[in-house]
Amino acid sequence: MPRHPDIHKVMVIGSGPIIIGQAAEFDYAGTQACKALREEGCKVVLINSNPATIMTDVEIADRVYIEPLNVEFATRVIAQERPDGLLPTLGGQTGLNLATQLAESGTLEKYHVRLLGTPLQSIRMAEDREEFRALMNRIGEPVPESWIVETEEQLAEVCHVGLWPLIVRPAYTLGGTGGGVARNAEELMEIGMRGLKLSMRHQVMVERSLLGWKEIEYEVMRDANNTCITVCNMENFDPMGVHTGDSIVVAPSQTLSDKEYQMLRSASLNIIRSLGIEGGCNVQLALDPDSFQYYVIEVNPRVSRSSALASKATGYPIARVAAKIAIGLQLDEIENAVTRKTLACFEPSLDYCVVKIPRWPFDKFMVADRRITTQMKATGEVMAIDRSFEPALMKAIRSLEIGAYGLTAKNVHALSDMQLEEKIATPNDERMFAIAEAFRRGMMVEEVQALSQIDRWFLQRLQRLVAMETRLKVHGRAIAALADTLDSDAPAADLLREAKRIGFSDRQIAEYAGLPESLIRSLRRAFGIVPTYKMVDTCAAEFEAATPYFYSCYDREDESI
Amino acid sequence: MKAILALEDGTIFEGESLGASGETFGEVVFNTGMTGYQEILTDPSYAGQIVCLTYPMIGNYGVNADDFESRRVQVEGFIVREAESEPSNWRSGQTLNAFLKERKIVGIRGIDTRALTRALRVRGVMMGAISTEESAAALLSRIRSSPSYSGIDFVRKVTTEEPYEWSFEGEPEFHVALLDCGVKFNIMRSLAKVGCKTTVYPCTTPAEAILERNPDGIMLSPGPGDPALLGYVVETVKKLAAKKPIMGVCLGNQLLGYAFGSRTFKLKFGHRGSNHPVKDLTTGRVYITSQNHGFAVDPNELKDGMEVAHINLNDGTVEGLRHRELPIFSIQYHPEASPGPTDSAYFFRQFVEMLRKQRGDRDVSGESAS
Repeated sequence: MPRHPDIHKVMVIGSGPIIIGQAAEFDYAGTQACKALREEGCKVVLINSNPATIMTDVEIADRVYIEPLNVEFATRVIAQERPDGLLPTLGGQTGLNLATQLAESGTLEKYHVRLLGTPLQSIRMAEDREEFRALMNRIGEPVPESWIVETEEQLAEVCHVGLWPLIVRPAYTLGGTGGGVARNAEELMEIGMRGLKLSMRHQVMVERSLLGWKEIEYEVMRDANNTCITVCNMENFDPMGVHTGDSIVVAPSQTLSDKEYQMLRSASLNIIRSLGIEGGCNVQLALDPDSFQYYVIEVNPRVSRSSALASKATGYPIARVAAKIAIGLQLDEIENAVTRKTLACFEPSLDYCVVKIPRWPFDKFMVADRRITTQMKATGEVMAIDRSFEPALMKAIRSLEIGAYGLTAKNVHALSDMQLEEKIATPNDERMFAIAEAFRRGMMVEEVQALSQIDRWFLQRLQRLVAMETRLKVHGRAIAALADTLDSDAPAADLLREAKRIGFSDRQIAEYAGLPESLIRSLRRAFGIVPTYKMVDTCAAEFEAATPYFYSCYDREDESI
Repeated sequence: MKAILALEDGTIFEGESLGASGETFGEVVFNTGMTGYQEILTDPSYAGQIVCLTYPMIGNYGVNADDFESRRVQVEGFIVREAESEPSNWRSGQTLNAFLKERKIVGIRGIDTRALTRALRVRGVMMGAISTEESAAALLSRIRSSPSYSGIDFVRKVTTEEPYEWSFEGEPEFHVALLDCGVKFNIMRSLAKVGCKTTVYPCTTPAEAILERNPDGIMLSPGPGDPALLGYVVETVKKLAAKKPIMGVCLGNQLLGYAFGSRTFKLKFGHRGSNHPVKDLTTGRVYITSQNHGFAVDPNELKDGMEVAHINLNDGTVEGLRHRELPIFSIQYHPEASPGPTDSAYFFRQFVEMLRKQRGDRDVSGESAS
């Protein structure tokens, strides 16, 4: 089906001020959307309260209103511009909330403005906890078991279910006091009864705890013809219990077999279909590390922070495609902007690894509590691409600009063993560095896994990076000797190659080998150990790419020449 | 241990040995799926081929007891950039390297797999060899004198030697006869899920022997190699098509193409991966499919009521056929998934619907006759 013939002018709601959890990624999404709409011949009216954005630049939209993002001003813009449609799913939660208010206040109906993309009802269904649980039950997708308890007898019943551990939250107490984690019947009765006393409503919520489960996300798209695709899946380095915005994230998933990958992919498609979303959607799932059991945790019925990451990670322009779907195009009518030969109706295949690390502001606020929980604290993030996990991680660390050039951080070095274990057991911004330090002190992967519940696949790779530090230290002299022999077949030259391949910077190599950085660089050049550049082309080289972007890596073929 | 990969056109890649030492020859192909290496290794359609995976980190979740698609490793050789030595997954029982060693499969790791993929994309798939022993020059001359992939009937090598029944619990609704040209276990598992008990027959079984058992329907399996060599199977298919409902998968689609007047042609670098978009020409819906084929049916020669029902959105090639009157349909991709998306599992239900309809029609005609 071609685009809706009656949509000529579209109003786009921007994301407003940059706040924690909603940063420049929505400017990126909104800008893409405005351009995509204009490509299809629509006039674009943009309202955004933040002038320091790309989307408010004169050439992005046809009309730009820099006004407060509230019902009053948005209504005035609508009255003046009389758009045919409103696209709210690209401006983050701000845009979505404003659109909901505009619909509820009757403004959209009054001015005959069609809400484009995802229907309002779907948005409500995804965001209302009870409605969402009911929908998941209807379509057979599991959500974590939970109970609302008001009496001792009901508590005892929950004990019989035997799904330990359980999280207990008293309803309506000041600052959530009186809650806790119950690992057995005795603890549940104790915490639950205390909670019931503390709660003004004499009510506690008991929910199955998924702490330690794998956290996996899928970015999915759907068009009005019910065709669905997944753009990307991602695996969190930190298991459940850390907000995904505060978690180190890897794309694609690394520890899932095809059976697990497809099971969660099918669940995500089942969900986007049941919600009737037209555009993009983010599905968060928890997977038991020891079985096929999984739970649906959350759904974002809009372009989200994760979609911005997935877009850059795969080369698939989610916001652009979502905007085109919103005005009626189908996935198989939209061109793949990278290959220009294939269509947007496919699933990107990655032949590299993407690592995202959050950037926390703790260096600016010395006294802040560095622990990371379910409330997001990061104010930014970095993303790095390489052929493998280790070099991508090392690049990301260097991009953080926190003075770290590898897995070393000042604060962690001086910690006692006990303090170190504490830093590994409780999520915090320095956990990754603490884990590396633990490996330096000889701790085993199993011990770190027991403390952190991080999958051993990730831990082993950190351990290999630490092992390289040691090898460089031991062979420092042999590397220095290369300057005289220039023997590119010597074991020390191979070591240098390997260190570069897994992501060590010259500065790090120099530091561990006890040599000047300039020497490492000149040796490297003499042996032809130089970066090559490969494409992010959405298709793992299966098709030629017209507008790819590049990442560096130490591999054989350079595609940039 | 060092290993080299040599391509027919003289390109050499140097890497490390993976799996068994020794040497192996085959057609070098690439697969872009990011998961499912165990299913790929054991898929009989890869017989005669050396498979390169474009995803660079392979072996992360190990090898387990459940994800076999046949009893043995079917690829001739295996190419990865990086093979994980310490897998992490609750079902993992073995590392990739140990598994390949145990099954005596020669592989190579540590090469620039993207460079190889680009070479195959530009120059087309070609013969190649992996060796832990030979020099590049010696290997190249032996590649040139080794038999070409297109000249070998791999179907005869991978088909079952004797007929067998796939285990089925309870009372099946239908009995399906499967002509095994290189079937994947998940086809039988998928048939069992929709209530069909399957008897698997060797590819050389005459149509009469199958019809004698009076199955409710016929499944034509996937399989390796050039379908042009399978005249003897096409003859069987022609005889079956006149008598029984048929569903064909992958090679089964190509056999039906031949049975209905057409032929196949070789694709430059094939379709191998889990992300191929296929359009159902009836509904307009697009499905992301799991694919593994190097040949495609020529749509122009189809005769006797056979028509194209599905096409690939990337290159427009035929991905499914349907007969206008007879209860016959086929798809060029993999509704049984494993690996890949399970979106097309509905074809097995569609097959059962067709069998039901056929039974209903028969009952009706039976009544009128009596």
